[in-house]
Amino acid sequence: MSQIIDRRLNPKHKSAVNRQRFLKRFRRQIRKAVSDAVDGRSVTDTDSGERVTIPAKDLSEPVFQHGPGGRREIVHPGNRDFVTGDRIPRPEGGAGRGNRASNQGEGMDDFVFELSRDEFLEFFFEDLELPDLVKTRLAQEVAHQSVPAGFSKDGIPPNLHVIRSLREAHARRIALTAGKRRRLRELEAELAALKAEDAPERDIEALAQEIDLLKRRIAAVPFIDTLDLRYRNRIQIPKPTTQAVMFCLMDVSGSMDQYKKNLAKRFFLLLYLFLSRNYERTDVVFIRHHTIAKEVDEEEFFYSRETGGTVVSSALVLMRDIIRARYPTQDWNIYAAQASDGDNWPEDSGNCRRLLDEEIMPWLQYYAYVEIDNDYPLGLWQEYEKVAQRWPNFAMQAIDSPADIYPVFRELFRKKGIDR
Amino acid sequence: MSERTPLSTGSEWTFELLERYDAEIARLAAEFGLDTYPNQIEVISSEQMMDAYASCGLPVYYHHWSFGKQFLSIEKHYKRGQMGLAYELVINSNPCIAYLMEENTVTMQALVIAHACYGHNSFFKNNYLFRTFTAADAIVDYLVFAKNYITECEERYGEETVEEILDACHALMNYGVDRYRKPPPLSLREEQQRQKEREAYLQSQVNDLWRFTVPESPRRREFREERFPPEPEENLLYFIEKNAPLLEPWQREIVRIVRKIAQYLYPQRHTKVMNEGWATFWHYTLLNRLYDEGLVSDGFMLEFLETHTAVIAQPPFDHDFYNGINPYALGFAMFRDLRRICEHPSEEDRCWFPEIAGSDWLETLDFAMRNFKDESFIAQYLSPRVIRDFHLFAVLDDDQEEELEISAIHDEAGYRAIREKLAEQYNLGSLEPDIQVWSVDTRGDRSLTLRHFQHNRRPLADSAEEVLKHVHRLWGFTVRLETVGERGRVKRCYECG
Repeated sequence: MSQIIDRRLNPKHKSAVNRQRFLKRFRRQIRKAVSDAVDGRSVTDTDSGERVTIPAKDLSEPVFQHGPGGRREIVHPGNRDFVTGDRIPRPEGGAGRGNRASNQGEGMDDFVFELSRDEFLEFFFEDLELPDLVKTRLAQEVAHQSVPAGFSKDGIPPNLHVIRSLREAHARRIALTAGKRRRLRELEAELAALKAEDAPERDIEALAQEIDLLKRRIAAVPFIDTLDLRYRNRIQIPKPTTQAVMFCLMDVSGSMDQYKKNLAKRFFLLLYLFLSRNYERTDVVFIRHHTIAKEVDEEEFFYSRETGGTVVSSALVLMRDIIRARYPTQDWNIYAAQASDGDNWPEDSGNCRRLLDEEIMPWLQYYAYVEIDNDYPLGLWQEYEKVAQRWPNFAMQAIDSPADIYPVFRELFRKKGIDR
Repeated sequence: MSERTPLSTGSEWTFELLERYDAEIARLAAEFGLDTYPNQIEVISSEQMMDAYASCGLPVYYHHWSFGKQFLSIEKHYKRGQMGLAYELVINSNPCIAYLMEENTVTMQALVIAHACYGHNSFFKNNYLFRTFTAADAIVDYLVFAKNYITECEERYGEETVEEILDACHALMNYGVDRYRKPPPLSLREEQQRQKEREAYLQSQVNDLWRFTVPESPRRREFREERFPPEPEENLLYFIEKNAPLLEPWQREIVRIVRKIAQYLYPQRHTKVMNEGWATFWHYTLLNRLYDEGLVSDGFMLEFLETHTAVIAQPPFDHDFYNGINPYALGFAMFRDLRRICEHPSEEDRCWFPEIAGSDWLETLDFAMRNFKDESFIAQYLSPRVIRDFHLFAVLDDDQEEELEISAIHDEAGYRAIREKLAEQYNLGSLEPDIQVWSVDTRGDRSLTLRHFQHNRRPLADSAEEVLKHVHRLWGFTVRLETVGERGRVKRCYECG
């Protein structure tokens, strides 16, 4: 009488559309939440989604209902001590509602939910006002590499494997003519015997004709057939992942305020996202400097208040030393990003150029310099321009607001296309 | 006790096992006289269950952001383990569709089959509210139609435009139902016949003298003639669908769709205690009978009872988890108590329920299930025994008094009061503000006036202003909402437009 049906293979996520609609509707609030989250989040933490809180009043779906006040009578379970006529003070929080409010659909708790990682990234990129192009490239899956994988019966002419094909043809010819050759040998032996016996000419003639026919038949088997062709086969396998290290260099002189550091952070975050998608293992080295440079953890990198004068080269020297000590260039792809407001001790800028030219750029995949919010580009910028002329894998841009972060990035991605 | 040959011993289920359990439960249900639609049992995954839950348990629903919101909140609670996913979902349709979650043990599957496929199912088929208001044969088709229609509208007029209409309709969804069945339209002949009768009757009532000697003021006559609608209308969505001046035909159709779905869901809102109580009573009774027949093992029974006990738990009012009265607990207690009154009546029962004490319990329960909704069911059958078991008490909260007052408790003097007040608590008519279409200025600015008739001085919540904006969106001209006090005077007026 009952019918039992297995629906487990039916599509799930029927609510996906509704979920999208929800995200779309509250785009503004979610963007803000994501933006706040980026500030409080570590650069390397891109694997999780994000909890988003939306104020209840924004997403309430209003209906007509009773407000507090008037006269009401409610029946509750679990009485222990009350007797009829008892008078008790009103509980805190208005007209005796307490946590019962939610029962009446008036709960005012904020709405909290979890964005998936992809949703988080979508909003993150949107916050940066990236064009779709970059989003799709960032969202790409692991690259594939085509590798030889034996031979196949179909393919394109350039992949034809001549020896294999001929070997196949040879085998086929042997297979197709074996019977005939055996017969031929027999006939030839017979012929020789007949000749030896001086048999009648007529018999010899007949035998010779038969031999002739067989020979022609054997010759008629094609030397090579399309069946014989063999092609080199290639299959796509995930590209073997390698490792990358990303150096984050930041000027922490007094002029780098929290806003500038946050801009830098967004840049570093994007870079990290990019690297972690392309490399199985991505290290991050944080170097901060004023007059002296120091390797620090992320917390100190972005939030420490230590400050002083500026000697940019100190950071470059430290980076060079770390590369030499810990990141042999044959094993590591090395990226560096430097954020600064461009304010350097004048005589040091030349040092920086020399260091980059001679000791750093030859080993690097890419170096991106972002100068944040500097109205009068001076020494460092000018010296770096010279570096950029010599080294195609050196990019520099000025950044004033989150929307500016993207152009530097485009450079980075274009670069990748040429390199590989 | 008979020899135990249980249907299964492990906790894993298979389709063959489900079929065997269903067959046994169906047999017992028939012995108890349960009358059901045929069942369609669907096995689904927990994610599919979340999907289903997010759309009000309907198998097909149009897309809307608020369902996404619901999904997100269910997902959040479920993932953090704050909520066991409701393990059953059943749809009032013919055949009756019930979902089983694949993660459940065989015990849970049997429980859900008994609960949903025979408990809820028989309730849907026989309770008068469901019989009156829902067409079980047609609902799934209608939902499919609605979904396709709205998708089409979205393609043609844009998602946002459609969303705006839907938002506005959802705000009025509770005011989109007919509480009483409207009589079917009369045929032309009947109509003419009745019209003649009416004419003759009215003619006989005319007092010529009165009519010709007391002139009516022209203003008053004009007022009377213009009155529209002639009677206040409590189905706001119906009124808007039929009369909103500026709605496009497709917008009217959407209003109608929301109204129809609201009407379909309406009996459920009225019968939570009864419906859940009935289903719980039957899963309890049917599985116990299975046990008596030796068809399930002791382990099965232990697991079942643990779940059952959790379902019918009623935390007291001062408990952290207290969230009002648990409909499963109250409903189950009442049906069980009814059976007790029939089978083992006490003196008290004979006094309170003379007509059912000692009667055939199957007939009595069947009658109760068919002919009541929560409000009347409680008013009719809540016994002193259940009131005592629950330690029910009533609190009077009057904003003109300094303190709350305990107005009745579970004692001799309080039984009737508690019963009456608890019944009132399930009266949607008093739970929701009474708001009706009062008038439309047909000759003037076409403004629409709604009236809120106040009871017990209870004011509207602030959300009313937001709802009014939605009404304005649908009506297109000025909308007014007047709160009318108990003495018939307008005390407050919101306006939007």
